[in-house]
Amino acid sequence: MKLLNSIWRFYYDGFQAMTVGRKLWLVILIKFFVIFFVLKLFFFPNFLNSRFQSDTEKGDYVREQLIIRE
Amino acid sequence: MIDQIDLSMVDWARAQFALTAIYHWLFVPLTLGLSFIVAIMETIYVRTGNPEWKKITKFWMILFGINFAIGIATGIILEFQFGTNWSNYSWFVGDIFGAPLAIEGIMAFFLESTFIAIMFFGWNKVSKGFHLASSWLTAIGANLSALWILVANAWMQNPIGMEFNPDTARNEMVNFWEILFSPMAVNKFLHTVSNGYVIASLFVIGISAWFLLNKRHVLTAKRSILVAAIFGIITSMFLTFTGDGSAYTVAQKQPMKLAAMEGLYEGKAGAGLVAFGILNPSRNPGDGEDPFLMKIEVPRLLSILGYRDANAFVPGVDNIINGGFKPWFKNIPDEEREMTYSVAQKIERGKLAISALRDYKTASKAGDTILATISKKNLEENFAYFGYGYLNKPESVIPNVQLTFYSFHLMVMLGIYFILLFIVVLYFLNHGTIEKQRWLLWAALWTIPLGYLASQAGWVVAEVGRQPWVIQDLLPTIAAVSMVESASVKTTFWIFAALFTALLIAEVMIMVRQIKIGPNDGGQK
Repeated sequence: MKLLNSIWRFYYDGFQAMTVGRKLWLVILIKFFVIFFVLKLFFFPNFLNSRFQSDTEKGDYVREQLIIRE
Repeated sequence: MIDQIDLSMVDWARAQFALTAIYHWLFVPLTLGLSFIVAIMETIYVRTGNPEWKKITKFWMILFGINFAIGIATGIILEFQFGTNWSNYSWFVGDIFGAPLAIEGIMAFFLESTFIAIMFFGWNKVSKGFHLASSWLTAIGANLSALWILVANAWMQNPIGMEFNPDTARNEMVNFWEILFSPMAVNKFLHTVSNGYVIASLFVIGISAWFLLNKRHVLTAKRSILVAAIFGIITSMFLTFTGDGSAYTVAQKQPMKLAAMEGLYEGKAGAGLVAFGILNPSRNPGDGEDPFLMKIEVPRLLSILGYRDANAFVPGVDNIINGGFKPWFKNIPDEEREMTYSVAQKIERGKLAISALRDYKTASKAGDTILATISKKNLEENFAYFGYGYLNKPESVIPNVQLTFYSFHLMVMLGIYFILLFIVVLYFLNHGTIEKQRWLLWAALWTIPLGYLASQAGWVVAEVGRQPWVIQDLLPTIAAVSMVESASVKTTFWIFAALFTALLIAEVMIMVRQIKIGPNDGGQK
């Protein structure tokens, strides 16, 4: 418990003492939000996962594509 | 069917990947190199106990942190594109990509992010030794992150250690160690990370030069230059050595890329290396025109670099298209070497492979085990040329020669210049007169962007030079893309352009502000 508390205080005090780091964390959080909650959700669905349920279906589809694109 | 593929979508998908990869690569090399430079500086501090070195370490650590923070997750976007725009490719590679990237995520990232916290928060809270170890482990972790993605990229350039499963249409890894330790992977990893070390050295020297030009933090600047210049010289030697190794593996596994790098159309024994040249823009394959408007060549050097034999035959673009030559292997007698196929012959074999896959699929569904067995055998015999089956004409295997040639030579020329810069900087530093050499200090400052230019040029050589292949010989871009609307790819292209430009501007602004503040005793976090 004491160890966990020490680790917690370490990070807490570290973040509290940040100066330029705060600005960077804001950039990181905005970037993560845009990447994972905007781009990934709305613009980058996984092509195969969104169309097929099983690996067999995905494999069959890709194999078909490899054949017919000749 | 291939005529129905929207080629503009293919081009936009390629452009999008290129854009995001280029932007991602603006942040990564500095992380790779500056992490080690910071660790070296901190080692000096711990060994000498001199608080000036602590101040120096903390200053560069902040800049490392800025670059690291802005660069985080820019690589994730490349993975998104695999799943959306390149679904055939991402399925086809199977666990070849999955395993390396999984290891990257689990091992390297957690190592890095755990010890970065100690780097920044742990001053005066943990022992000097533990803090120093954390700095080194951060550097090692960052470089280990690069290892796995570069192993995956090397596999794309030289696919080995796998077997294609026609039932699942996936390549299955059969030999992890063969993939990890392939000469292509080893050279690619070492060459790529050492380029990061050179960029970081140029970065430290350039910013330190700015301090000297403004007569600020003179002691910090000089000591930083000392560390960076020595680090830069050593890593430049390593960069040269691994660059040679990379070119050697390219000669063996991707001869068309080497031919493009050198603007070589008609191969020859004892081929020279072009030190400088201007390509003839109207030169086409097979037309016999001089490929160069002018060139300066070092005799026989290309044969030596490519095949370790001054008399080796180096095939040119035309030779590779037409086939009918024997690949050079020094220790294998001429009579034991097989004639290479022409690209037209490879296309035929590729079509046989695709046809065999079709027959196998039909036979499997019909339960015809005999036909399935025969088809599978045909597929295995021709699989090495699978990707050729999608090509319409032999000239399709030629990458953009102009872009590959000029990028390669720009990278090499800048690499030579960087070595000279490190040497000259060290000379005047040792002489005690570096502050007076304002021409040198300005040159050092303006060399920072040149480091990035050389680095990007190297990636252009690697990735443009392998076109049309996504996976060398096995899968061209036309067969690798998803059937998505080009409009969506175009839209996300511009979104990325805006997002990454904003990130780059943010980094430059925050970085410049921090540099102007300069090192201080309290340090900032």
